[in-house]
Amino acid sequence: MTWQQLTGLVALGAFHGLNPAMGWLFAVARGLQEGSRAALLRSLPAIAAGHAASVAVVASLVSATRSVLASTVVAVLTGLLLVGFGLWRLLSRRHFRWVGMRLSLAQLAGWSFLVSSAHGAGLMLLPVLLTAPPAGGPGHGGHLSAAPAGALSGLVAAGVHTAAMFAVAAGCAVLVYEVLGTGVLRRAWVNLDRLWAAVLVTAGLVTLVAAT
Amino acid sequence: MTRWTPDPTFYASPRDAAGAPPEKLAYVAAFDREARRPDAIAVVDVDPESTGYGTVVGWTDLPHTGDELHHFGWNACSSALCPTAPHPHVERRYLIVPGLRSSRIYVLDTKADPSRPEIVKVLEPDELADRAGYSRPHTVHCGPDGIYLSALGGAHGADGPGGIAVLDHDTFEVRGAWEADRGPQFLAYDAWWHLNHDVMVTSEWGTPSMIENGIVGELLLGRKYGHALHFWDLRQRRHLQTVDLGDAYQMPLELRPAHDPSKTYGFVGVVISVEDLSASIWVWHRDGERWTATRVIDIPAEPADPELLPDLLKPFGAVPPLVTDIDLSVDDRFLYISCWGTGELRQYDVSDPFHPVQTGSVRLGGIVGRAAHPARPDLPLAGGPQMVEVSRDGRRVYLTNSLYGAWDDQFYPDGVGAWQAKLDVDPGAGGLAVDPRFFPHGNDFRGLRVHQTRLQGGDASSDSYCFR
Repeated sequence: MTWQQLTGLVALGAFHGLNPAMGWLFAVARGLQEGSRAALLRSLPAIAAGHAASVAVVASLVSATRSVLASTVVAVLTGLLLVGFGLWRLLSRRHFRWVGMRLSLAQLAGWSFLVSSAHGAGLMLLPVLLTAPPAGGPGHGGHLSAAPAGALSGLVAAGVHTAAMFAVAAGCAVLVYEVLGTGVLRRAWVNLDRLWAAVLVTAGLVTLVAAT
Repeated sequence: MTRWTPDPTFYASPRDAAGAPPEKLAYVAAFDREARRPDAIAVVDVDPESTGYGTVVGWTDLPHTGDELHHFGWNACSSALCPTAPHPHVERRYLIVPGLRSSRIYVLDTKADPSRPEIVKVLEPDELADRAGYSRPHTVHCGPDGIYLSALGGAHGADGPGGIAVLDHDTFEVRGAWEADRGPQFLAYDAWWHLNHDVMVTSEWGTPSMIENGIVGELLLGRKYGHALHFWDLRQRRHLQTVDLGDAYQMPLELRPAHDPSKTYGFVGVVISVEDLSASIWVWHRDGERWTATRVIDIPAEPADPELLPDLLKPFGAVPPLVTDIDLSVDDRFLYISCWGTGELRQYDVSDPFHPVQTGSVRLGGIVGRAAHPARPDLPLAGGPQMVEVSRDGRRVYLTNSLYGAWDDQFYPDGVGAWQAKLDVDPGAGGLAVDPRFFPHGNDFRGLRVHQTRLQGGDASSDSYCFR
């Protein structure tokens, strides 16, 4: 894994962690509901675990399969998928509700998995994962020759990403709970859904350009 | 189109909402009892600094007749900030306006010209009937994941069961019936929830045939109107428990759960006891794992000369208070109770919900009292305080005087008229005073009867909060 990839994974992790809809808002709500910071802190690992699982599925699949399939095909299809998914996120305004407010930590992890998957959190990592390691020659030989890491490198990537996501989400949750108060939600909650969609589209375009 | 930042009228907590700026416009449902002219939403100027203060400054006439507008509500509210389905960038701009008699639902956009909302969608009765199996839509609540609409009747001629339909909060189409398992629930009226506890509460009035031609004396004395509350799993959409108040306590109507999302109590008003014509207020609350309800306020009937009473009441020689609406201030401190029969609006300090203390009273109208408004001391008023709406900051209370077409005619056979009043609240000690500058009435409403008031940006019965 190159340092560019690491940086990319950490940056996207931070972006995911920043998004209230990815879980820290839920943690704050549970903290307020129980009237305890401990309840908030207990929620965060479950949320991170669900996020990690969602991302790991995509990351390990990609890492494992690119050794078999032609990288260009994967990259082009992925790029189209990302652009399509990003546009769908941008245009669709449906909001699903999978859970209520009273749920166990296991259910919370499940919720986080679904939310992350529905937002295409794992897909967003694809351009980073598909980035060729600095191979010797020109072209895309690197994709094919860098196969052996397999699914393991995908899991490592998911781990790095989730660690960054967890740190930022925890920071946001504690800051809002302890210092800013919930009033900040209505002032500082920019529409991350739109930003999110834009990132997905951008990621798709980057993947497409890099693949051709 | 969604916004970049949250709608400024969404508040994370009741405390934030209580600090909201005062409303400038009020929307009032107005209907023609004769069904000859279209019903309308009247827009009233409630900005004390404005030259139009206390007057109707705009109208939106509906395209049909005979809808009988009753309750209505916003498409989105503070519950959009709730973390289970967060979507804070939608806008509180559409009024969802059901016709209680026609079962037609209008969607009005208030954004372009707030004083003349524009009709942007009309759902015909068949859509509600075919997709949800309901008719007579009644109460609208903006939920975290959709618009919840209670309905009194069944579809295609079926009297019941009534229940809740869910509307998509983007397209406003009917998604379906809310209930996955309604258990023994049959009668419907109001619905509200404890969002943070995944609990829905519903109340009972009667089926269309029991109410549409007026109150039926035999049914009332036979204790056939609703007298129970229902508790539901909001997430699983399943009936959990019925709490029967006893069949003497006919018609538990408006539900006002505590706004504080950590609390699990709320108030419900009962219209009438068949034993002594009194009205009552109950608190529902947890009792271990179960729900229960405790009667905390009794409002007795007032003796009256039978000559002055409508036929329905002559045999009793008394005026029942007829508590037909209640409202709880956003800080959960004051409960307002409309006694539509006696023409009284009461204010109670309910800081301790089990021991309410009366802190204010105002008399306007009433079956016998006919108390006048200070702006027109020469004008006896018919009707009484009926729908009551409290501003988010808890300092202003708005009243309208019509209950329901057929029932107006029974209790006020010489005409119920139309008036709206505003009360100023002493937020410290409590207490109420009628604002002498605010009295739209009679022809100001073009001869239509006025029912519910909704305030621009939300009010005490619009929003649910997920944060404390």
